[in-house]
This record gives sequence, structure tokens and C-alpha cells, in this order.
Amino acid sequence: MFTAFVFYLFAAVALAGALFVVLQRNPVYSALALILTLFAVSGLFFLLNTPFIGILQILVYAGAIMVLYLFVIMLLNLSREESILRAHRLQRVVGTLLGGLLLVVVAAVAIRQAGPGAPGSVPGAAPGTAEAVGRALFSDFLFPFEMASILLLAAIVGAIVMAKEDLR
Amino acid sequence: MAAFLITAFIKIFIVFNLILLTAAYLTWLERKLIARLQVRLGPNRVGPFGLLQPIADAIKLFCKEDILPARANRFVYTLAPMVSLIPAVVAFAVIPFGDSVQVLGYKVDLVITDVNIGVLYVLAITSLGVYGLVLAGWASNSKYALLGALRASAQMISYELSLGLSVIGVLILAGSLSLVDIVRAQERVWFILLQPLGFLIFLTCGVAETNRAPFDLPEAETELVAGFHVEYSSMKFAMFFMAEYVNMVTVSAMAATLFLGGWHGPLLPPVAWFMLKVFAFLFLFIWMRATLPRLRYDQLMRFGWKVLLPLALLNILVTGLVVGLQA
Repeated sequence: MFTAFVFYLFAAVALAGALFVVLQRNPVYSALALILTLFAVSGLFFLLNTPFIGILQILVYAGAIMVLYLFVIMLLNLSREESILRAHRLQRVVGTLLGGLLLVVVAAVAIRQAGPGAPGSVPGAAPGTAEAVGRALFSDFLFPFEMASILLLAAIVGAIVMAKEDLR
Repeated sequence: MAAFLITAFIKIFIVFNLILLTAAYLTWLERKLIARLQVRLGPNRVGPFGLLQPIADAIKLFCKEDILPARANRFVYTLAPMVSLIPAVVAFAVIPFGDSVQVLGYKVDLVITDVNIGVLYVLAITSLGVYGLVLAGWASNSKYALLGALRASAQMISYELSLGLSVIGVLILAGSLSLVDIVRAQERVWFILLQPLGFLIFLTCGVAETNRAPFDLPEAETELVAGFHVEYSSMKFAMFFMAEYVNMVTVSAMAATLFLGGWHGPLLPPVAWFMLKVFAFLFLFIWMRATLPRLRYDQLMRFGWKVLLPLALLNILVTGLVVGLQA
């Protein structure tokens, strides 16, 4: 009962925040709404008994990445709408199509996976503690984990090369 | 359930008020100590030894006019001080300040809540404090404030990384993310002896995270007037001020918990030891402000990325190797 209430609360906040991100024209407000959504999603992870993933959501996304987003928004001083909404028309059409496609895929997976149990709980799921996640990363998912790290390394090298102007 | 809720509420009430009181009297301590270090007397008019000065300051701030700058963003301008203060206070929830005690037949743990991700919780919550600074700088619609906010976000991002990495050595040794477990793991030897490098990195980054001298670039008064809070007045300003001092208390408590054995110590009761250690760090904070000049901005960035980060990674590597070879 209580779990269901908390689940619907977090879910509502997450959805409202996500809608606000897209509908808001002031980029700073959009960023703030995104932070709110991240918090609500983190709350959902806590509800699923996966505190480690929940806190990483805040530590990595809300605490670091969104700070950089805000930093860039403020640095560029994006004024209201012009620079964002002057997108190409084709871009809008393609964006809508791809967004709709993603929605269909996510909905299909969600409907297929929806099992028994109250909202906000996964029966028989392993607890998402730091130990469990660490063990999984370094055994079953070692290859994808290492691939991701190489990808990140490539991105770092690329960023340095692009930022360094006098590199001959 | 009822007993649990009641003890939880009582603990939250006591800790919350103690933190705010400590923060208030920290301003008195800072003024007194800096005055002494600069061969002055410091506040000594209000009450004996100026002890009522924080209360006089609070009344003054309450009565000041609350100014909203023209063309400022009203919503974000009001939100920013709250975003700054709340994480600072909430971060204290997982820090153990004493051993469990028997009260009226109940066993009460002297920590508000012991979660198995305690260290990550504190890091995550304290990393949110920067939003207060950034939003304040942006919403003020003032160039000095915006420059302060940009500096704050760059500085916080840079030093948070080394701060998080410096703790990993402790986590390897304790084998747990829970702060209660980390304190218990230091029963025989404090981690400062096993992790001297980690401790120094943590302390340096801790000072940078709280925006205290010599890392107080976001509010550098000689260049930016007062940085991100230049437009703020009255209680909104007081909230930023309080957030800074509460953050000092939190970082000191974390340093004591992670490296100085938390509440462990001979003779004196555990709570007294904890307070003593926190006070020692607070003293160090104030002492540093009175002694060290402010870094230049490029020095600050270079130091964070080219010195602290590699050292923190080296610390993890060496700790992991030693622990792995012993096992």
C-alpha cells in the first residue's frame, strides 16, 4: 500500500519533470526539470531495493553531468528560444518519427515484461547492492564493461585533440 | 515501528539543531580565532567574550531588507539559497557520532540512519550543493555573480573527482560503504596511518569543495566583489552563509569518520571524542584561512587535474596492490 503510493508519487514526478523538460522554452528551467526527473527515477530505484544504482543516479547524473549542462547553458547564455527552436524542418519530422519509434519499442518491452506483483517491486530480483553490481560487472559483463571503458578513453582522447588548437 | 519512528525523530531533532548551533557559533569562533591570529581582539562587545554575537548577527540579518535585483529571475533567485542549505544539512544523516547506547531499555545507535551506501550518499548529497551557487549566480543577472557561479561549477567538478577517489583507499581497507562499518574497522588502527596520502588528498579537496580559503575563488572578494552571492541580502544571504559553515562541519565530520577513527578513543565517552575530532578539523579550516593566500584560477585548475587526480589514482593502485598481496 505504502510502496504503491510512493511508487505513483515518484512516477508522477518523473513524468511531469520529463514533460516540463521538453515543453519549457527556457533552457535553464529545462535543466532544472531534468534534475527533478533524475531524482524521481533515483527514488524508483530505491523502491526497487537497488540503493547502489539509485545513489549513482544522483551522484553521476544529478551531481556531475547536469552541473556541466548548466555550466554550458550559462556560458553560452542561450537566450530563451531562438537558438533552439530554429531547427530545420526535416529535423523535426525525423525527430518525431524516431522518438515515436523509441516509444513503441520501450512500450513493447514494458508490456511484455510486465509480470505479477505490486507496482514498485520486482519479485525475485537480486538486490542491487554495490557488491552485486561489482560482481556482475567483473564476471558476466566483463567484456561490455571493458568495451565501454575503451569507448570512454577514445572520447577523452578525441576531446583533448579537438580542444588543443596548436596541435600540429 | 512506533519506537523506531520516535527515536528517529528525536535523533533528527537533536542533530539538526546541534548542526545549526555549531554553524552559528562557528562564525563566532572564526572571527575570534582569526582576530587572535592577526593580533586583534575580535568581537567582545555583545555578551561575555562576544558570545552573543551570532545571535545579534542573526537578528540583524532577519531585520534587513530583502532585495530582489531588477531583471533577476525571481523563482530561481529564491530557490538558490534553499538548494544550497538543504543538501548541506541533509548530508549529516548517515554520519555516526557515537557508539550505540542504552536509553530506557532501548538500544539506540548514535547515527540517524545506517545505510549500506553511506559514503556514496554523502558524496552525492554534498555534490548537489553546487547547484545553489550556480543558480544564484545565474539568477542574479549580474556579471560578478555569473563569474563566481562559473568558477564554482568548474572548481566543484574538478575537485569532486579527486575527493571521491581519495576515499576509495579507505573503502578497500574497510570492505564496506557503510560509515558505521568504516568506524568499526578502525577499532585498532586509524586509517590516517594506513592512508596518509588519501587523507591529505581528501582534506585538500574538502577545503576546495566547501569553497574556503585558499580555494575561495567563487567568492574572491578582491576580484568578484563577493562572487555568486553578491546580490543577496537578508536571510537569503544568511542561508548561503550558513550552508558554507554547515558544509565545513560535514567535511570535518567525514574526515574524522573516514580517517581519524570516528568516535573511537580512550577514556572520554565516544561522542566527546567525535566532537573533539570535528573541532580539530574546524580549527584547521580557520587556521588555513588566516594563513594561506588565495590561489590563482589557473593554478587551482592545474593543481586539481595534474597533481591531485594522478596522486589519488596512485593511492588506489598502491592500496589495492598491498591489500591484494596480503590476501
